Amino acid sequence: MTVGEICDKLNLEVLSGESGLERNANGVYICDLLSWVMAHAQKDDVWITIQSHSNIVAVASLLELSCIIICEDAEIEDETVRKSAIEGIPIVSSKKSAFELAKDMVNLGLGS
Amino acid sequence: MDNIRYDFEIEKDDFERAGEASSSIKKILRQLGLNSGIIRRVAIAAYEAEMNLVIHSNGGSIVIEIDPRKVTIFANDKGPGIKDVKLAMKEGYSTASDRIREMGFGAGMGLPNMKKCSDDFSIKSILKEGTFIVMKMFLKDGD
Ligand SMILES: Nc1ncnc2c1ncn2[C@@H]1O[C@H](COP(=O)(O)OP(=O)(O)OP(=O)(O)O)[C@@H](O)[C@H]1O
Ligand SMILES: [Mg+2]
Repeated sequence: MTVGEICDKLNLEVLSGESGLERNANGVYICDLLSWVMAHAQKDDVWITIQSHSNIVAVASLLELSCIIICEDAEIEDETVRKSAIEGIPIVSSKKSAFELAKDMVNLGLGS
Repeated sequence: MDNIRYDFEIEKDDFERAGEASSSIKKILRQLGLNSGIIRRVAIAAYEAEMNLVIHSNGGSIVIEIDPRKVTIFANDKGPGIKDVKLAMKEGYSTASDRIREMGFGAGMGLPNMKKCSDDFSIKSILKEGTFIVMKMFLKDGD
């Protein structure tokens, strides 16, 4: 499944990094601690977090994650938007909680 | 293959450019055609080292060397040094401030991550002088 398809199906708002919407999405990883993500997230994972500082883009790019979903309507910094456009990592915003988003992902068949 | 060496200066508190050195290192390894497993390990180790220089040090450098047998990452800084290296190496130990934690750092997993990603890891720290880390990732057949 591509990131674009997930966003369409779940009606998620893509804030930037649209050039990455064709990226393949495979699993899901949920965490707000960057070095924890660094150790455990896998390539092509959808990363759900409330962390919105621009360093999340560096983490996602180094690990080749498929996209970042900022949950609970957490505020996103301009620098994060700018960097995600450069790296082609889609940043998606949602008012749902990480748990609700995870259920949505399971229903889409992600990670199975 | 001749030995290849790249130097990256890392500035204290420069969160804007933080991650750029690791990202460049990853691109270099990609261009050399190394396999994705070793690229991932080097990228993680370099990123954790780079962020520690930005967050905890007075600035320093990340150097990467590639020879036919291994990739070596050197992270050297200009202080303040680590008082108790054994404690710093413990998972979960962090002195990061609240401001730094709000950005998602400070889990105390950076140094343990670096060690896990390396085949050979050494850290030496002298108070007031600096911290010196050497990480080696050996290339195996097929890398
Ligand atoms: N280059 C350095 N100079 C001085 N102190 C350091 C340096 N690197 C690490 N430390 C000390 O060691 C502690 C542990 O480092 P480590 O990278 O494991 O965790 P962290 O940076 O606090 O959090 P995380 O890496 O999980 O975001 C730091 O909190 C800091 O006190
Ligand atoms: Mg660290």
